[in-house]
Amino acid sequence: MVMKNGFKRAGVLAVGALLLGVSACSQGSTTKTPEAGGQSSGPANIKIAYQQWGPGTVMKNFLTGAKTEYEAANPGSKVEIVPVVASENDYYTKIQLMMRSPNTAPDIVYEDTFLINSDITAGYLRPLDDYIKNWSDWNQFEETAKGAAKGQDGKVYGVPDGTDTRALWYNKQLFAKAGLPANWQPKTWDDVLNTARTIKSKVPGVIPLNVYSGKPMGEASAMQGFEMLLYGTKDTLYNYDQKKWVVGSQGFKDSLNFIKTVFTEGLAPQPKQSLDPNWGNKVGSDLLPNSKLAIALDGSWLYNNWLKTGAKPWPQWSEVLGQTAMPTQDGSGKGKVSLSGGWTWAIPAKSKSPDAAWKFIQSLQTQKNATKYATDGAQIAVRKDVAADAGYKSSSKSTQFFTDLVSVTVYRPALPEYPKVSNEIITAMEAVMTGQSTPDKAATNYDDAVEGIVGGKDKVTTSSN
Amino acid sequence: MTTSATAVPVPAGRKAGRNGRPRGANFVKMMPLAPAIGLMLVFLAGPILYCVYAAFTNMALTGTGAANVKFVGLDNFRKAFGSSAFTNSIWLTLVFTLISAIIGQNTLGLGLALLMRRSHRLVRNFVGTAVIGAWVLPEIVAAYLLSAFFNDDGTLNVILHKVGLPGQDWLYAAPIIAVSIANIWRGTAFSMLVYSAALSEVPKEIEESAEMDGAGGWRRLVFVTVPMISRAIMTNLMLITLQTLSVFGLIYAMTRGGPGTKSQTLPLYMYEQAFSFSQIGYGTAIALVMLAIGAVFSLIYLRGLNSEAA
Repeated sequence: MVMKNGFKRAGVLAVGALLLGVSACSQGSTTKTPEAGGQSSGPANIKIAYQQWGPGTVMKNFLTGAKTEYEAANPGSKVEIVPVVASENDYYTKIQLMMRSPNTAPDIVYEDTFLINSDITAGYLRPLDDYIKNWSDWNQFEETAKGAAKGQDGKVYGVPDGTDTRALWYNKQLFAKAGLPANWQPKTWDDVLNTARTIKSKVPGVIPLNVYSGKPMGEASAMQGFEMLLYGTKDTLYNYDQKKWVVGSQGFKDSLNFIKTVFTEGLAPQPKQSLDPNWGNKVGSDLLPNSKLAIALDGSWLYNNWLKTGAKPWPQWSEVLGQTAMPTQDGSGKGKVSLSGGWTWAIPAKSKSPDAAWKFIQSLQTQKNATKYATDGAQIAVRKDVAADAGYKSSSKSTQFFTDLVSVTVYRPALPEYPKVSNEIITAMEAVMTGQSTPDKAATNYDDAVEGIVGGKDKVTTSSN
Repeated sequence: MTTSATAVPVPAGRKAGRNGRPRGANFVKMMPLAPAIGLMLVFLAGPILYCVYAAFTNMALTGTGAANVKFVGLDNFRKAFGSSAFTNSIWLTLVFTLISAIIGQNTLGLGLALLMRRSHRLVRNFVGTAVIGAWVLPEIVAAYLLSAFFNDDGTLNVILHKVGLPGQDWLYAAPIIAVSIANIWRGTAFSMLVYSAALSEVPKEIEESAEMDGAGGWRRLVFVTVPMISRAIMTNLMLITLQTLSVFGLIYAMTRGGPGTKSQTLPLYMYEQAFSFSQIGYGTAIALVMLAIGAVFSLIYLRGLNSEAA
């Protein structure tokens, strides 16, 4: 027994020694942090992480240009561009994993506004107020855009570089074949469905209507697909007055029913096409330019696929395609609906060189660069000076249309729970589109899940207003 | 029967001998193992313990669960067993394991091993290479090959149409069947190798004498061969069951668990919850449930092995 205990003790000692060794290593790396970061404004190396998905290279080119500019202006400094090659949901996971540790945290990260509050709550991001108060350009930003990256503590955590709106894109040539008007103005959901039905019968072989749906398309399904419907009903996701999430709403079921209708009637792509994680790229770079899709519920940036620098140059797009607002369910309210999101540049809390990172963000957001990105990246401007720029205004035939939609646009509930709620929405959509659940059953599952996410019955309400 | 009876005393005798020795000698002998044991504890037991810890917390990749990790007791497990998505995954995991491992790989592997024993060397080499080829292919390559095979306009449907049978969109209409067949295709080589080894140990004389006694091929297989390799069967079943329970890459690449949740086995559900939906705590709780299922299967097989030995 004695020897056995001795053996045990030796084992414990060995493990202890190893643990010490491991923690000593990590100690070493954490103590290095201040000296590498520091408050000095001398030369520094910064890493900037953004999402690279599909064939587009607008962001890559934009960042490469800014890097060259910055390195010339700050001799000795180095900017490392880290493209995170991943689909939408995978990108968030990857940068969250990176931001968890000081060893892997980038110095600048490109954050979707829908996730920023969740990441602020997680303690991943650094408040930028101290930097912003000395930055005159901040006055140029629209108030709504400034709010897009605000934490619940009232501090600003990101600099937005653009926003977007959503509407229906339609192919006028296919419409002409189906005997539909070139100046299409649907007033209700039924108008949209009936037009799609006409196309299905008159122009066979063409997908009448694309609405993103299901898990592989991630947030695009939740926001661009589902919420474009839901916010056209009398219901919403979140009741700001009661500070509660909405469950059991008729609007939610109606929206799921719309999804069911388009998929079961064959007005949408086949479910398995929609469930291809590459589907978003196919819509932009194949289906629309090759006239295989008549109507697309999609974003303002869509045309950047067709620019000379885009994935599928298509100069005729502005003649072939028209844009019209997505109507509300029965034409009531403002009659049309749009949702806005956008991305921001943020500095992770564990960045080693936040000062240099801020300097680089400033250089990304000079008026000249902001205009360049809004034009090349097909963004809706968030800066007044960019919005007034003649070059921006005439950058595309659709810019004016989508900028006007800002007056009716809705932002998603910018709350830490939103990303989880969004996952439940796409789960419900997928269950309905594949015929696994009825809309009612999927809505009930959603209600239960939301209750679990936000922490109980007293955190949810059945009233939207 | 006789061989297994004589085989038993050997390990038992050895065991008694070791227990009889003074412990001190053992301790000194085991000293050189200490670093290895230490490393195992840190890098193997450590993560497992961390996983157990995480399963009882609200740990997440983003939001509240990332900033302050709290103990939530059995909440994750309660949530899991109350969710239809979870029970659906358990069900699919069992179906997948039953079809692809216990029935598919196991019987096909035994069948191939039996056939190859009797066949010409050329046939044996050809079949062996083909089957093992599927096994040594990287999982992701195999998955893409099989996606192409099962695709709507893939090889399988082309063949079915050629012989006048209706095709089927396998990956969409019957995803769990498609991934099960894929797993059989990929994993049979392992069972085949195990059984080939076991069969080569079966003395020819016993089979010959059974033949002399008038036993036909089927009776010889059921009453002579199978009982003689029953230990190998149990061991093989245990290994392939545990392997199959944790198959991820094959299913992920072929169907991503979809459409809907129709092929979302436990590993895929766990991945989705932990990494797509950022809920690490919940994901690790599911991992523990998976571990428990594996343990139950192992216990069943171990009992089988022991009763065989007794």
